[in-house]
Amino acid sequence: MSTDFRARRFKANSEAALANPVLQANMKMAKGKFVDKRAISIKEIDDFEGTREAAKALRNQVIENLDLWLEMFEETATARGATVLWAKDGAEICRHVADIGRKHSVKKAVKSKSMLSEEAGLNLALAAAGIQPVETDLGEYILQINDNEAPSHIIAPVIHKSLDEVADLFEKTHHTPRKTEIPALTREAREVLRSHFLSADMGISGGNFLVAETGSVALVTNEGNGRMVTTLPRVHVVITGIEKVIPTLEDLSTLMRLLPRSATGQSISNYVSVLTGTKAAGELDGPEHLYFILVDNGRADVVGSEFQDMLRCIRCGACMNHCPVYQTIGGHAYGWVYPGPMGSVLTPLYTGIENAIDLPHAATLCNQCGVVCPVKIPLPELLRKLREKQVEKHLRPWFERIAFRVWAWMASCPTLYGIGTWFAVRYLKWLAGGKQSIPVLGAAPEWTKGRNFPAPEGKTFRELYARRQKP
Amino acid sequence: MSTRADILGRVRAKLNRNPDNAATGRAAIEATLAARQQGPRPAVDTQKSALAGRLIEKSLAYSSTVDQVATAAEAPAAVARYLAGLNLPLKAVVWPALARLDWSGSGLVAEARGAQDADLVGITGCFCAIAETGTLMLCGSPESPATVSLLPETHIALVPASRIVAGMEEGFALVRAELGQLPRAVNFISGPSRTGDIEQTIVLGAHGPYRVHLILLTAE
Repeated sequence: MSTDFRARRFKANSEAALANPVLQANMKMAKGKFVDKRAISIKEIDDFEGTREAAKALRNQVIENLDLWLEMFEETATARGATVLWAKDGAEICRHVADIGRKHSVKKAVKSKSMLSEEAGLNLALAAAGIQPVETDLGEYILQINDNEAPSHIIAPVIHKSLDEVADLFEKTHHTPRKTEIPALTREAREVLRSHFLSADMGISGGNFLVAETGSVALVTNEGNGRMVTTLPRVHVVITGIEKVIPTLEDLSTLMRLLPRSATGQSISNYVSVLTGTKAAGELDGPEHLYFILVDNGRADVVGSEFQDMLRCIRCGACMNHCPVYQTIGGHAYGWVYPGPMGSVLTPLYTGIENAIDLPHAATLCNQCGVVCPVKIPLPELLRKLREKQVEKHLRPWFERIAFRVWAWMASCPTLYGIGTWFAVRYLKWLAGGKQSIPVLGAAPEWTKGRNFPAPEGKTFRELYARRQKP
Repeated sequence: MSTRADILGRVRAKLNRNPDNAATGRAAIEATLAARQQGPRPAVDTQKSALAGRLIEKSLAYSSTVDQVATAAEAPAAVARYLAGLNLPLKAVVWPALARLDWSGSGLVAEARGAQDADLVGITGCFCAIAETGTLMLCGSPESPATVSLLPETHIALVPASRIVAGMEEGFALVRAELGQLPRAVNFISGPSRTGDIEQTIVLGAHGPYRVHLILLTAE
């Protein structure tokens, strides 16, 4: 697994994020933009709830027979001239792409956004294989020229960056006069990347959906880079998770009413491409060679498990856009490819529960994410289940384990519980020294780091209740 | 063991796959493909004039511009007017499928081929157009190369009114009826290329066209 387990350092990461004034200013500016647009655009759908239900049902239908749908996709895609490859993990993705590159004498690969290639750390592997990788999504390009920085959002990868930071970066990288207008910067990137599109031998894309009925990949972009990388180069490689299969083009139509609205609040993305097979006889454009790399990287083991609901995810990012924790700390703190609530579920599932101990706790369980999820994934419930797993596997810190054991023992013994709480409320009242709250609690210093502990009034609930019982 | 066998094997084990439920599963798949179940649909008035009205309204909302003429024969003059209005050169790459129109009669230099980087204006038809979202549906073929709607800074599309359908579902149904199978590239285009990556500020013309201009052919 290609991760340095940055997710293990979630607490340190998020503290650094909170202390970073530039990041805080940028996150504040971004806050609510996608939320407001989504709220408006879902009103265009007469039966939004019904559409979510339909999407949930069709995604479930595939997962419940995933082996059969995958075989079907493999058959239909192959019949149209594509080559279907399978990858167990990131290393195997990198091997496949390097092999394909060698086979077709590829010198340069242009990439449309693929989170799977982030999972695999593909860019470094391509460079090592002598293939120049060029990210072409504007946000991903900005990250690549900033020393391969990681994206902080799955839809808006540079949501954490300001215009000023981008302007500095372009000036330094392109050796052009500094530009301060967003359209001018966009134009500059367009010109730089256009020459790469025209000279690349290979296009690499993700896949929003794989249509089993037709053997097609559906790609959704606004910039048009998805179209470029699948139209101009000789070779097209699609890298996508095994869970991305959907049955029919009708299902694609249903999902396309949800995905753009949930992601950016658009009725539809500017470009939706449904690509099937290789360049036809007489066609003037399109790849001569088409490869699908169907990736496991932890997904197969989620099938049939108590976390199976997560496989419905269509990667819209609505959960992170609506998450109070994400909005405060940004995406990098989560430490792996996927941030926000979906990331807090996916990272432990795909990289190992012991490698992301804090992520399932990085949530208030307010259920904003569950409410907005277009395929109705019960994210708070899955986060709770992951917390349970940590306890079952004895992964929680020793102090917490002992504390809960003592608590459980006391709570099952009413007399002891009564005595314990009798002392506790009096001690806490004394600690508060007549004030409403306690600023620092010695027994739980972390808890009172960012908030005060409310002071009890000096009597336990049972004492008060017993008093009211008397006539 | 191959990776394929390993992945599928683990999925099968997780699903408790056996010959019986495999047969049931295959039957369910066949039923799904045969049923082509649609999800809930937003109401779209499918009277001809209403479809055109909605296509125009939604196209404008997506930053496209729209002109209307009666027939394809009038399109070259409309194109020339549009380009002159923007001070753009009267020179374009057109779909080979549209080579038959009298472009030079309106003072246009039109070359029927795939687009190249230097082409500033690309003129296409469309397979159909989708009223629900103001979307053009283009099907790639030797006569209708995908580059023409992608590389030039200005994309002009001729849209026969008879080819406006309600939703994506009807577009795919037309492909099945008329082409049999999906062509290699089906592109749904809604307005000019855009990005919001820098500070969520929308800028038109990220990688594709800066302008998309629809010429609705009302009598076709």
